[in-house]
Amino acid sequence: MSPATPYFLSCDGKVHRPNKLLNRLIQLALSLVLIGTTISVQANELEITLPTLDVAEYHAPYVAAWLADERGKRVVDIAVWYDTDMANNEGEKWLKDLRMWWRRSGRSASMPIDGVSGATRRPGKSVIALDEHFSNVPAGDYFVWVEAARELGGRETLKVPVSLPVTQSVQTRAEGQHELSSITLHMEPAK
Amino acid sequence: MKKTLLIGAIALALALASPFSQAHRVWIKPSTTSVSGDSEWITFDVAVANGIFHPDHFAYPAERLSVVSPSGEPVDIQNQQKLRYRSVFDVELTQSGTYKVFNASQSLVAFWKDEDGERHFWPGRGKTGTVEEFYKAVPQDANELNVMQTANRLETYVTLGAPTAGNNKLTGQGLELKALTHPNDAYTGEPIDFQFFMSGNEAQGTKVIVVKDGEKYRDTTSDVELVADEQGKISLQFDEPGMYWLEAEYEDDKAKAPAKKRRASYVLVFEVLPL
Repeated sequence: MSPATPYFLSCDGKVHRPNKLLNRLIQLALSLVLIGTTISVQANELEITLPTLDVAEYHAPYVAAWLADERGKRVVDIAVWYDTDMANNEGEKWLKDLRMWWRRSGRSASMPIDGVSGATRRPGKSVIALDEHFSNVPAGDYFVWVEAARELGGRETLKVPVSLPVTQSVQTRAEGQHELSSITLHMEPAK
Repeated sequence: MKKTLLIGAIALALALASPFSQAHRVWIKPSTTSVSGDSEWITFDVAVANGIFHPDHFAYPAERLSVVSPSGEPVDIQNQQKLRYRSVFDVELTQSGTYKVFNASQSLVAFWKDEDGERHFWPGRGKTGTVEEFYKAVPQDANELNVMQTANRLETYVTLGAPTAGNNKLTGQGLELKALTHPNDAYTGEPIDFQFFMSGNEAQGTKVIVVKDGEKYRDTTSDVELVADEQGKISLQFDEPGMYWLEAEYEDDKAKAPAKKRRASYVLVFEVLPL
């Protein structure tokens, strides 16, 4: 995986690239980050990168990540990021906007979900450790789904396939268009 | 002016009493159908209109509606207001599960012409006709006397959290819809199956029309028309998400005297969500 030229998407969908020098610096920084992750990836992780958006009113997106079987049935929730700070659990009002997750899981869940739900994240990369999540999942073919929905913004879902248990090192990535920059799944075989 | 009002009143009476006045369609339209959180409000429009969902004719009286909670208790309609072309009201959903908002009515109705050729309708706007009153109020030798048993049902469902089926039980009265697919679990690209029952029996031949919202912005109609199979079943599928109006009509001659026919209508507003 080579570091891509970083770019920024504005709300009108146009791609804005920073100047060349800044580009080089960012690429260099990214390479270092990538080397860093390559060395440190011994763990099972899901990386979710949220885009920096140049919009007048930005609200951090609600994000859900879950494992589903090939027919789309949810197997296990991985993460739900929503506004947990509002009085009277009012942040739960917009969980339904994570439409796919809401149908597959959220509408039957009682919030908060222990070890799964948490506050929204700022733009950039977030890493979720997956050590516990798949331990009781039967062998088979699955997808890791990630869905993001933003107030006054859009919604996007990405998925990457994974066969469990993994028998060799896996690094699978999916690129987003507007609400998700990318998701990357790292999995290592159990020792 | 007076005549217009009278005609208007008759039109409303017909619209409320009979589904067969083609131009006028009755609907309860929720602002949304699936909500999350500990509790949530949903706001509704209810109208007798030409357009789906464009209120342009009469406000349907919201006091005729009932709301039932997921556990079967009556729920109050709040902030009710009758506007010119629609009534509005709110429902606060405080229990997890599916709420039903509905009206169900049954009546004996009669149409006839008097000696001057003027049309009459009994029992009048918003009233329920009984057999006893029929013999008192309707001239039995009137011209073109047409007597029918009618049953009209108007429904919509809204859900806090996960959909539940407790409110979708058949009463055995009039035309009813058994939701093989929960109306709040309808998604694009998936079959949506419904089954119709007339007085508790599978209603073969029920005629169904489905119209998507935004009708006024379409040049050509995209209505779906279908007929229920021998078990009263229909299967729908939509590519486009949106709010949909479904009207079903059933008619047969298995009426009790003095009626010659029985006619029933059923209206459902449901939302098809994208995934």
